[in-house]
Amino acid sequence: MGQQRITRAECAHVAALARLELTDEELDRFTGQLDELLDHVAEVEALDLEALPPTMHALPIANLLRPDTPGEVLDRDEVLAQAPFAEDGQFRVPPVLGEAP
Amino acid sequence: MSDEAQTIPGLGAPADTEWETVVGLEVHAELATATKLFSASPNRFGGEPNTHIDPVSLGLPGSLPVLNEKAVELAIRVGLALNCRIQPSVFARKNYFYPDMPKDFQISQYDQPINVDGWLELPSGKRVGIERAHLEEDTGKTVHIGGGGRIHEAGYSLVDYNRAGVPLIEIVGHPELRSAEEARQYVSELRSILVAVGASDGKMEEGSLRVDCNVSVRPVGSDRLGTRCEIKNVNSLRSLGRAIEYEARRQIDQLTSGQAIEQQTRHWNEDDGRTHALRSKEEDYDYRYFPEPDLLPLNPSTEWVEQIRHALPALPRDRRMNLAEAAPSVDIDNIALAVERSMDELALAAISGGGAAERVMTHIVQNLADGSGQLTPEALAELVGMEEAGELTATQAKKVLAVLVEGGGSPQDAAQTLGFEAMDTDELESLVDSLIAEHADEWSRFCDGDAKLTGFFVGQVMKATQGRADGKAVTQLLNSRRG
Repeated sequence: MGQQRITRAECAHVAALARLELTDEELDRFTGQLDELLDHVAEVEALDLEALPPTMHALPIANLLRPDTPGEVLDRDEVLAQAPFAEDGQFRVPPVLGEAP
Repeated sequence: MSDEAQTIPGLGAPADTEWETVVGLEVHAELATATKLFSASPNRFGGEPNTHIDPVSLGLPGSLPVLNEKAVELAIRVGLALNCRIQPSVFARKNYFYPDMPKDFQISQYDQPINVDGWLELPSGKRVGIERAHLEEDTGKTVHIGGGGRIHEAGYSLVDYNRAGVPLIEIVGHPELRSAEEARQYVSELRSILVAVGASDGKMEEGSLRVDCNVSVRPVGSDRLGTRCEIKNVNSLRSLGRAIEYEARRQIDQLTSGQAIEQQTRHWNEDDGRTHALRSKEEDYDYRYFPEPDLLPLNPSTEWVEQIRHALPALPRDRRMNLAEAAPSVDIDNIALAVERSMDELALAAISGGGAAERVMTHIVQNLADGSGQLTPEALAELVGMEEAGELTATQAKKVLAVLVEGGGSPQDAAQTLGFEAMDTDELESLVDSLIAEHADEWSRFCDGDAKLTGFFVGQVMKATQGRADGKAVTQLLNSRRG
């Protein structure tokens, strides 16, 4: 293993962004694992890829489009029956502070 | 001068400093498709909550997005109308946790948007740069319940996903606007373009057109931009102007009192006429964008783009130029107003049908604010002709016009019904002669040069004819009788 590519603090930041609660032991373990992954990425980065166009997608096709024709909608009662809480035909969620980001 | 004052334009500036407001706008417009951007449930305003939903707009496991062809076409129309370059593009996930998007990310375009590097021309002729106009999906609507309706005291929230997945185009302009008025003109012009190309209904009040404003200030002559604040919740053109004016004033007051501006997102409150801090840049979100693996790249063919280009209707700018050419003596604001009201076709047809351009435009601008109803261009041309011939006074013409708007028909018939038959010359002459005899005193004073008495005699004629006579013809007659 070469130089360290991700710090424990960076790993904690990424976990926080993904709303993951990690114990100290997990944070150590995942920092190490992510570091190994980044080592692998570095091997690819070391290659001379000047002549190759960037890959935008794993599939070699583009422009998959669908016609603008309305289709079936879901039954509201059936959908809301599966939600933890519902009220007035809507999903009821914990209070949201501030506005949408 | 401190280091800070050197890097922050206007910090601690004296009270008599002249300031410049710098505005850059981000406009979101809902595209007028029948279905959502990535699924087949309807794109329709209103409706019972959660009735326009499907597995994709709810982000259910296993559901996959498929791009709506019409949304792409409309985005290309907007790009072309804004003089953008249409390029190969890629969708990306913008990750954040908020219940308005059930899958915890919004699909947008990030580093490779469909439209880039365009411009929009204001009626004044000023060009404003467009950085990009990209496709993305709209979010659901959350309503806050309890705690007196105030967001920060809310007991809980209710979510309606009818709007989730509705196609949006986000148009990002360069910070090249220099006043609240210019910002209003920009949004108004952009809205006209969106409506003209059929991309959006442009209704700010229904939220199908939403504007976020980036506002900063700097002393006139400074070549650096000040720290900007982003203002959200601006729901009408009027609020846009008010919000920018308030925010510029707030920043100027803060800078002149020696405080730096903090980069913030602020919320416009229509009721108190102020902007309020929502969050500062330091707590801004890290969206962790990455290419959306469930969607393929988009690379519209040149043939398709050219086909769309050829089918584009006339844009407001071209329509203004056409009308200005047909009515060269009419000022540009009135030309722009006619185009904004979509009355330029009526005006052009009436003018080419023989109506005097200036009178046609007077009716369009002053008397047809509520629409042209049943009025045909032929009738408008004829009405203007009757005015020119002195058969109708301006007041009478306005009344005839109202009848034509309401029920159509010809101005001759409408004038007759209203009793506005033109007085023939003999009738007018004998009336004037009898009035001269009746008011011998006033007549001799008029003959001695008392110009005020013109008004007196014209008034008498109008009274006797209940306004049927043409004031100009009466004046001419009085002058010829005086000899």
